[in-house]
Amino acid sequence: MEYSINTFEKLLNTCKETNKKIYEIMQEKEAYDFEESIIEVREKTYKIIEVMKDAIKKGIISKEKSISGLCGDDANKLSERFRHKKALFGSTFEKITCYALATIEENLRMNKIAACPTAGSCGIVPAVLIALSEEYDLSKEDEINALITAGAIGYVISSKVAPAGAVAGCQAECGVASAMGSALAVEIMGGTDTQAVNAAALALKNILGLTCDPVSGLVEIPCVKRNAFLAIHAVTAAEISLSGIETKIPPDEIVDAMLQTGQLMSPLLKETSQGGLATTKSGKLINENMRKKLLIK
Amino acid sequence: MKQRSLFDIISPVMTGPSSSHTAGAVRLGLMAKNIYNSLPEKVTFRLYNSFAQTGKGHGTDKGLLAGFLGCSVDSEKIKNIFDLNEAKKFQYAYEYEQDPDRHPNAVDFIIEGDMNMTISGNSVGAGNIEIVKIDDFAAKISGEFNTLILFYKDKPGMISKVSSLIQKENINIASLDCDRNARGQTASMCICLDGKLPCNIVYDIEKIEDVYFVRNVDKFEV
Repeated sequence: MEYSINTFEKLLNTCKETNKKIYEIMQEKEAYDFEESIIEVREKTYKIIEVMKDAIKKGIISKEKSISGLCGDDANKLSERFRHKKALFGSTFEKITCYALATIEENLRMNKIAACPTAGSCGIVPAVLIALSEEYDLSKEDEINALITAGAIGYVISSKVAPAGAVAGCQAECGVASAMGSALAVEIMGGTDTQAVNAAALALKNILGLTCDPVSGLVEIPCVKRNAFLAIHAVTAAEISLSGIETKIPPDEIVDAMLQTGQLMSPLLKETSQGGLATTKSGKLINENMRKKLLIK
Repeated sequence: MKQRSLFDIISPVMTGPSSSHTAGAVRLGLMAKNIYNSLPEKVTFRLYNSFAQTGKGHGTDKGLLAGFLGCSVDSEKIKNIFDLNEAKKFQYAYEYEQDPDRHPNAVDFIIEGDMNMTISGNSVGAGNIEIVKIDDFAAKISGEFNTLILFYKDKPGMISKVSSLIQKENINIASLDCDRNARGQTASMCICLDGKLPCNIVYDIEKIEDVYFVRNVDKFEV
């Protein structure tokens, strides 16, 4: 079907008018816009889920470092701890944090991942999706519904703000991934479409202003650990939304605020590595050592 | 304007770590290979600005080479491309430069072989790329469309000769860009197409008098 869903208001109105779920609207729109069948759209989505599962499986056991040598063994360390000592918040927490680290570390090892929405934020959506899928024994169809729901959230936000650190800082990368993750968690837990959008809005609202200041310009410090933090952030937003707590600022206005915040953010803090963590004393030292190691003049 | 897709958000499936510095590099290499379209003797990859500064840590060097060897962005060969036999097919070298007049993520492919050619491109974000120059001619190739590239003598009627052959196949022209080095000298044309041009039409276009060079490059598979 020909749907226009460039705002959350339009998306939710379309859901109401057609009595369909977010994922149904998104998959019908995609099929219409690109002359594919809904089955093709869903199969393509499932191929992405398989890549996500594969990255988690490999990433959780690997200790291989990145080219720079800065990162690569955090997922292994954390899962090792949970083998001996249960996490405060239980097994779902363990899985989400470990899976997020596993995925983003596969990314920095130059292995295969799904950029969702970006490579630097690739751990967040799979962590929430696959952890909940395992905990609640989801079917293939449920997994696809959840990822398409997440995709719809990213689709609406990117109508106004491109998911790129250079455009609006990390709020537009890991922040958007977290919003996507929160909506898919609501979908999996049987929440309404309004609750899914509300969760995304809460996730986004509480991450506004997050900058992109990676050390050495690499997708490593602080990106790796941030994926685990913002995957848990997604679940917090989902739980709060499922209780019926609503954002006082409507979702579309939060996206507007993110856009404005991104515009006001100094270019030094938007993927240029000229400020923030990148130019701390230690950040600069790491950069110098890395350049010596890789023979960069 | 590009039609936005669900799969812009939940993919591409790619080899990490960076969509602009790794996936974009692979796509630039692949497009340069398709434009050159023959086995070179040597390729020099000249990286500029951020590509030169942070490229090694992102595997940009590996990505450019892997793309030129025909790999797609999700290929598992990219990571170890320097060790593979395929990488011994031709000589290659890397140069690193700073030039504020160039895009932050710019690269030149300086290709030597039966034919020498320099292809310049940029990685413009989210894995998207643009080829902006072939030898001395401005180009406009993004890989979003099947694109016909021509070099020909700058004279009246060339555009209509080419477009009428395309029209015979009932293929719509999405965009057309021309450039020339001087009036009456050599000119270039980049035509983005909504369909796929059959080989026989490409052959007919090659046969037009004063057409020197034709390439029909396919769009990227998503």
